[in-house]
Amino acid sequence: MIVVDGLVKKFGGFHAVDGASLSIEKGTITGLIGPNGAGKTTLFNVIAGVHSPTAGRVTMQGEDITGLPPHELFHKGLLRTFQIAHEFSSMTCRENLMMVPGGQSGETLWNTWFGRKRIAEEERALRAKADEVLEFLTIEHLSEQRAGEISGGQKKLLELGRTMMVDAKIVFLDEVGAGVNRTLLNTIGDAIVRLNKERDYTFVVIEHDMDFIGRICDPVICMAEGKVLAEGTLDEIKANEQVIEAYLGTGLKNKVKEETGA
Amino acid sequence: MDLLNAFIALSNFVLIPGIAYGSQLALGALGVTLIYGILRFSNFAHGDTMAFGAMATIMVTWLLQSWGISLGPLPTALLALPFGIAFTALLLLGTDRVIYRFYRTQKSPPVIFLIVSLGVMFIMNGLVRFIIGPGDQRFADGERFIIRAREFKAWTGLSEGLAFKTSQGITVITAVIVVAWLFWFLNKTRTGKSMRAFSDNEDLALLSGINPERVVTITWILVAALATIAGVLYGLDKGFKPFTYFQLLLPIFAAAIVGGLGNPLGAITGGFVIAFSEVTITYAFKKVLTYILPDSLDPTGLVQLLSTDYKFAVSFVILIIVLLFKPTGLFKGKAL
Repeated sequence: MIVVDGLVKKFGGFHAVDGASLSIEKGTITGLIGPNGAGKTTLFNVIAGVHSPTAGRVTMQGEDITGLPPHELFHKGLLRTFQIAHEFSSMTCRENLMMVPGGQSGETLWNTWFGRKRIAEEERALRAKADEVLEFLTIEHLSEQRAGEISGGQKKLLELGRTMMVDAKIVFLDEVGAGVNRTLLNTIGDAIVRLNKERDYTFVVIEHDMDFIGRICDPVICMAEGKVLAEGTLDEIKANEQVIEAYLGTGLKNKVKEETGA
Repeated sequence: MDLLNAFIALSNFVLIPGIAYGSQLALGALGVTLIYGILRFSNFAHGDTMAFGAMATIMVTWLLQSWGISLGPLPTALLALPFGIAFTALLLLGTDRVIYRFYRTQKSPPVIFLIVSLGVMFIMNGLVRFIIGPGDQRFADGERFIIRAREFKAWTGLSEGLAFKTSQGITVITAVIVVAWLFWFLNKTRTGKSMRAFSDNEDLALLSGINPERVVTITWILVAALATIAGVLYGLDKGFKPFTYFQLLLPIFAAAIVGGLGNPLGAITGGFVIAFSEVTITYAFKKVLTYILPDSLDPTGLVQLLSTDYKFAVSFVILIIVLLFKPTGLFKGKAL
């Protein structure tokens, strides 16, 4: 589905992503883990077109998408959410969702004047869809609430909802679980799994909560210092020496070895 | 009777001019605030954009007048306004394509944009003077007054006259229509919502599939319309001279900042706050006080707080006072 080949992103002299290569299979929920500063979010940003890469290529289903701007990637079905939930704070939750499919006919000045009927029809369909999504996410009671006023966890759900307004092919979730309580995290996890099964979404999830990763993700990719360290099931990753080293440092690794008698 | 006379004098010299001037400033400040909210920089070229819009409208007005076309009692400039807007929109879109877009793709910080707009300002400044000359231009025609001072006196029997100029009436009516339309546009239409979305959270708007170039184009067209309308109304009311438009930049920015940069409601409020402060502080209250106070207390001086020469200082004093107490402006700024 997505193939990343030798991706490099430099900020000044600092290599945030340093030759990362990985591939993401269609229909999977791939977990992306790694210590802080491993370059996970930067990798997301480069794939999603927020930054253009210093070197390397990204292809999506064989098509080169390196460096395309975000709104074009969006129309190709590649979506992402943010580590800290983003929302249009002055609009209601429903309006937030209705913003999503860009390129609506109401977006040109001409149609604002002369295409009123078509816009009205489109808006009606969108509204129905938005309500459906809100119901799916169990936040239909928030539809008239301003998005700036809802809780952090609900904003995360809204972010997920945004991806459901279009037929996304692949969705990049950046720390969906950060700052979200258990119950809501389970709701989010369920929604992800259902979307994956029912609507055939491919997910890539950055997450620090290993229980969450273990529950929904297969395979898991581990990054450190801008490179891909290992790939496999969570158990394989946990057993990988390099991964333990990256997370704990060499000194601690030896201690762990001693304790486990390995 | 004296109270009524005092009120009429006050209306004639303070209220009516204040409302008209406030509407003009509000329209100008709306343009500044739209650019700040969506393109995220302070556009110093706005005053000269207004001058260009007014100039384009004046040229078309003269053309229409030479063909003998007029609107009867209304100024012909109203008929020429759409053409003026179109020319200004072309100019702004051209500037954007040639100049601002380069800095946008570089993701330049707002301060670079500000300096760039300063350069654009000087170019437009020169362009307007090159085409129409630096002097005063008269282009108002049609009926000059809705209410004449002498007729008003004869009609009411009061000793104070009330003059209500056509240009003032048109200014207020046009401003109300334009503002109502703009709010409807921003809040109800899909285009307006995508502009607000872009202003609120650019990253998210991009990742929602909103085309940034289209939002930018529409913003410039709206700004062209607002600037031209503001420029023409000001010109009809007080005469057209390129330099006065350059000076207008100061009260317009003060209005936008006082109200909260990026907030349209704030721009309108700011416009009226600045206009009324300027007019009241530079008005000689002698006449009004003579009517109100008992004869023994009649003022001997002009009772003018500040000479009109200093009127631009007023905007800045207000600006400083408001920013000291509410740094984001009267209304919370930064998002449409």
